[in-house]
Amino acid sequence: MERNQMRRQLALMRQSFFDQGFLDEQFIQLEELQDDANPNFVEEVVTLYYRDSSRLILNIDQALERNPLDFNKLDNYMHQFKGSSTSIGAKKVKAECTQFREYCKAGNSEGCMRTFQQLKKEYAILKRKLEAFFQQARQAGPLETACRSRN
Amino acid sequence: MENGFSSPRSESFPAGLRVLVVDDDPTWLKILEKMLKKCAYDVTTCHLAREALNLLRERKDGYDIVISDVNMPDMDGFKLLEHVGLEMDLPVIMMSVDGETSKVMKGVQHGACDYLLKPIRMKELRNIWQHVFRKKIHEIRDIEHENIDIIQMSRNGSDLSDDGHMYCGEDFNSKKRKDFDKNDDKDFSDHSTKKHRVVWSVDLHQKFVKAVNQIGFDKVGPKKILDLMNVPWLTRENVASHLQKYRLYLSRLQKENDLKASFGGIKHSDFPPKDPAASFGHQSSINLNQNDVANGYQFCGSNFVAQDAETKNNEGDLKIVSEIKRTLTADVSDPQKMRSSQSFSHSFASLETEASYPAFDSTNPPEFSWSENPETQIKKEHKPHLQLEDGYSQLPPHGQQHQIPINQLQSDPAVTSVLSLTGRDMSGSIEIKPLFNECKSKNVSHVSPTESAIDTFPVQTKSQLINHQSFEPISTVISSMKPQGFNLSITDLESCQRNLTSASDPNFAPINEDLTVWLQGDYYRMNFGQSIDFIDYDDPGFLAEVPFYLYDPLTSDFQCPIDSTTECPIVDQGLFIA
Repeated sequence: MERNQMRRQLALMRQSFFDQGFLDEQFIQLEELQDDANPNFVEEVVTLYYRDSSRLILNIDQALERNPLDFNKLDNYMHQFKGSSTSIGAKKVKAECTQFREYCKAGNSEGCMRTFQQLKKEYAILKRKLEAFFQQARQAGPLETACRSRN
Repeated sequence: MENGFSSPRSESFPAGLRVLVVDDDPTWLKILEKMLKKCAYDVTTCHLAREALNLLRERKDGYDIVISDVNMPDMDGFKLLEHVGLEMDLPVIMMSVDGETSKVMKGVQHGACDYLLKPIRMKELRNIWQHVFRKKIHEIRDIEHENIDIIQMSRNGSDLSDDGHMYCGEDFNSKKRKDFDKNDDKDFSDHSTKKHRVVWSVDLHQKFVKAVNQIGFDKVGPKKILDLMNVPWLTRENVASHLQKYRLYLSRLQKENDLKASFGGIKHSDFPPKDPAASFGHQSSINLNQNDVANGYQFCGSNFVAQDAETKNNEGDLKIVSEIKRTLTADVSDPQKMRSSQSFSHSFASLETEASYPAFDSTNPPEFSWSENPETQIKKEHKPHLQLEDGYSQLPPHGQQHQIPINQLQSDPAVTSVLSLTGRDMSGSIEIKPLFNECKSKNVSHVSPTESAIDTFPVQTKSQLINHQSFEPISTVISSMKPQGFNLSITDLESCQRNLTSASDPNFAPINEDLTVWLQGDYYRMNFGQSIDFIDYDDPGFLAEVPFYLYDPLTSDFQCPIDSTTECPIVDQGLFIA
């Protein structure tokens, strides 16, 4: 059945996120929170994350254009961003955040900028993957997510 | 707040726990909300710290626990933590993505019950109710132990040369919350660690008195008393401090008796005013948070903050005041003043620190009157003692014992006198009346339920009263009384009022209302944060005070400005609560 196939694909996709280190345990926590009262909880949270974090990314971008760099400020922004990223379990993005903060503490402008570019890349990749995932989930039907929430 | 236990929610506790979540990250806010809801908690979310504080202040008893992020744009999470701890005394859990030891330590230092690291698991949230529960237990225990604290306090500062370390209830509570490392109330090493505190119940005191009498007052010594009393858990230390208080009490009684002879029994203790005017304003010393143990503490703190400056000078002023008093008034005041000065000076001194009014409350429980005054049976723990400002001397003795300190400031503006009128001994000097009237009117204006619990009724030293030039209003703090106590006080007030009114003029009547009003007000809700802006003491405040002698030794912070105006007879408190 197509549906079954879709669901299987979905399951595989989901598993790959974990296997490839894009997402961590936190994502599962979100899935567990999804229930009848909030059937699209995970998607809502992810959407919210991307909306809010884009603002932060903008701030950091702007801050990185300054000369000299205000590491304190950058660190603050990144702290916020990191906190946000942990909310959905964005593992790779989180790693970049940590790296960025290290460079901030060391006052390494070059390192900061490089890391941030990397961060944005990971951020975008994950976004794409999740969007595809949710789209697939919608197509596969509610059963998929319902099953998951019962786990 | 006993919501968890007394409200209908309690059956299903921890379900229905009212949680306030504060986080500027909308994603986390959403997640936490969902998680907490899954725990069957009652969740309120907030993006901003300011908003959170507003919510908390609006509904004082509206929440059981607060969870807050450390990094927030408008206010540092630690600051919020402090505020909540001080004002509302709720358990606060901190959250952060940053798990650095220093940060965690900071959280603990500021009083956080717990520090969670993001990403937060739901299982971590499931158990947050334990913090609420723990706090409740501690509060109950604290209330019961307040007496002890007071005793100990007095012990510490009993030399009447207190340095303002008198703790106030607030201290305790806040200390409990944030005093992880800074256990700096050296004076009260006990209370913060919840040691067993001695509650000098009526029975215990009877035993004590019996032992003392047996030994012979002259030869008495703590060890001997202890042996005679035969109370296993009592320590020599406990007895020693109690003995000290007893001695003070007796000597005070002595003087009062003398005064009584001349004045018909109204005693008032005077406080040497510290500074002119200024001090009075802040003498909202009598912060009786009698019943408001939990909240009261807050009051004290605030009160005292205001009084800080004042109290410091008290000691020095005491002498001056007494001098002045002596000259101004008849002998009456003198002894009282001296006496009271002494006793109060300490309190003033200690006022700096958090007033230990709450302590008073706690001391109340073990009330027994050492004097023969029958009415000094203050059985209840939080018996509100109304202090009616002057004029009340007219109160005919009646059963209730209200310690009504009447502050009459003598000419010395700095003098804040607290006229204590025991309900019984209000055979007042008529002179007080005029003062009172004035005060009254002023008081009325000041009295407002919305005011912080600290209702200071400034006592005005109206020169008219007794050649005082400036009657500094004494800010007596009317402690917030807990509901139960509150009723009591109202009754007391009423009776006092009645007495007063009958004795004097109808002017007093309104006072009653005022008193009632503010008693009813959320006095106990005094926001700690608000500095007590004591009304300028134009009016003699009503001092609802616990018998001041109770406070004397106990809480140096008890600022009972006791100013014995000439006219003001000293009130015999008749209660010695040790």
